[in-house]
Amino acid sequence: MLINKPADLRPSEITDRRYFERRRELLKGGAAAAVGLAAPGLLALSPAAAAKIKFEQLKRSELSADEELTPYESVTSYNNFYEFSTDKKEPAELARNFKSRPWTITVEGEIGQPKTFDVDELIKLFPPEERIYRLRCVEAWSMVIPWVGFPLGNLIRSLAPTSRAKFVEFETLHDPERMPGQRPSLFGGSLEWPYREGLRIDEAMHPLTILAVGLYGEELPGQNGAPIRLVVPWKYGFKSIKSIVRIRLVEQQPVNTWQAQAPGEYGFFANVNPDVAHPRWSQARERRVGDFFKRPTLPFNGYADQVADLYRGMDPRKLY
Amino acid sequence: MPVGSERAPDPQRWFRRLKPLVFLACLGPAAMLSYRAMTGTLGAEPIDEITGVTGQWTLRMLLITLLITPLRQLTGWHGLIRWRRMLGLFAFSYAVLHFLTYVVLDQFFAWNFIIEDIIEHPYVLVGFTAFILLLPLAFTSTDAMVRRLGGRRWRRLHRLAYLVPVLGVLHFWWQVKSDISEPAVYSLLLSVLLASRLRRPQPRATGAAPPATPG
Repeated sequence: MLINKPADLRPSEITDRRYFERRRELLKGGAAAAVGLAAPGLLALSPAAAAKIKFEQLKRSELSADEELTPYESVTSYNNFYEFSTDKKEPAELARNFKSRPWTITVEGEIGQPKTFDVDELIKLFPPEERIYRLRCVEAWSMVIPWVGFPLGNLIRSLAPTSRAKFVEFETLHDPERMPGQRPSLFGGSLEWPYREGLRIDEAMHPLTILAVGLYGEELPGQNGAPIRLVVPWKYGFKSIKSIVRIRLVEQQPVNTWQAQAPGEYGFFANVNPDVAHPRWSQARERRVGDFFKRPTLPFNGYADQVADLYRGMDPRKLY
Repeated sequence: MPVGSERAPDPQRWFRRLKPLVFLACLGPAAMLSYRAMTGTLGAEPIDEITGVTGQWTLRMLLITLLITPLRQLTGWHGLIRWRRMLGLFAFSYAVLHFLTYVVLDQFFAWNFIIEDIIEHPYVLVGFTAFILLLPLAFTSTDAMVRRLGGRRWRRLHRLAYLVPVLGVLHFWWQVKSDISEPAVYSLLLSVLLASRLRRPQPRATGAAPPATPG
């Protein structure tokens, strides 16, 4: 007996909610969009090209760095995103068709009431602005990226954290179907999944700390942590966790993935510090992607004026 | 066809004839790198890319060179020996490119940083040591040098060809952040190649050996 009765409507024929909700805009948007609506099958062939959300009329934050931007092409083709691959060139290819909508983020723990947000709902609640930040990777390369995001502190404040909320823990999506780097390999997985990161509550509430939902005025590409990621510009890049699905306010200091992986090499704080070498390589200099000559690395990645106070009285050698 | 050109069929001749092709094939990765450099397709961090590619081909060439002897024993294609020196020199050439990429492109002759890097970071030190150990091998690769050293001493010196890839794999392994699969594959291949040398058939007298010394 045939149990699988063919559905009247194939999934490929269903217009994505995003297009449906933006139908008036799309109609105004001209021929390309009109073709897309008339023939959803065509859209399915090139979802990335058709679906890119653009953030219009962004306000540039005063906290932005005034430096030459790293080209879009470099920002989106040189990525450490082990959920896709340990090779820096591969995530761009492997994340090309990553579906980052619909997407929900659950905020829980030491707050009044756990809450789950749709990412687009979050964007409406906390209108993003442009933040140009330096990004310094622990591997001694750096970029300047125009993020689109909003302060994490705004979200946390709106949820009334309790007095026991001393730290914030973040978690990346764990879905080996969509993130091929999470599938077990012959020599064991590359990291423990899901990827976790953490901040002290005052770091999380700091105005420089943002949740980014885009770059260069457009939605985040998959390889850059779509649809929503953390950006903490005075810490090494691995702290800026990508593709977040869970934010938890906790009392105890969480263990972040890289710290668990190699406690002697990666700490909890991971503040950029030219004077504390990584055990295997120097952190004194960095190469800005696209430059030939290396440049000296600055304490706190050049954000010392804004953040050094957070660590007053702490041993900087413990802050790696 | 003149009668005088008739010779016994010599399968070893093929190795001589194919040698130029092998030479061109070994140039392939370098040619590819140059092409990518000229077309600007080395990616966001070209120096990083060149360092990686030249390092990997150094290791691969070292392993391919080590493959010659076991392959000869396995197949009886003794003409393969004609390629070995060339392959070894290609390994050395890629090592030179790798080293120069580091000194010129990556560090741009910042000797104080280079020296500090070599002294303080074990993986750099191991890689540097491997490179230094390759120098006498390349230097003594000519027929004249073999004659000057004498076969026995030359062979003893060239046992460094076993040590250098061990250091090379270590140099690679030591800088991996978490995914060890690539260096693990190199280690595995290298172990097989080195192990194949442990049980080289010893010439042994057949039958019961008579006592060596009279009672």
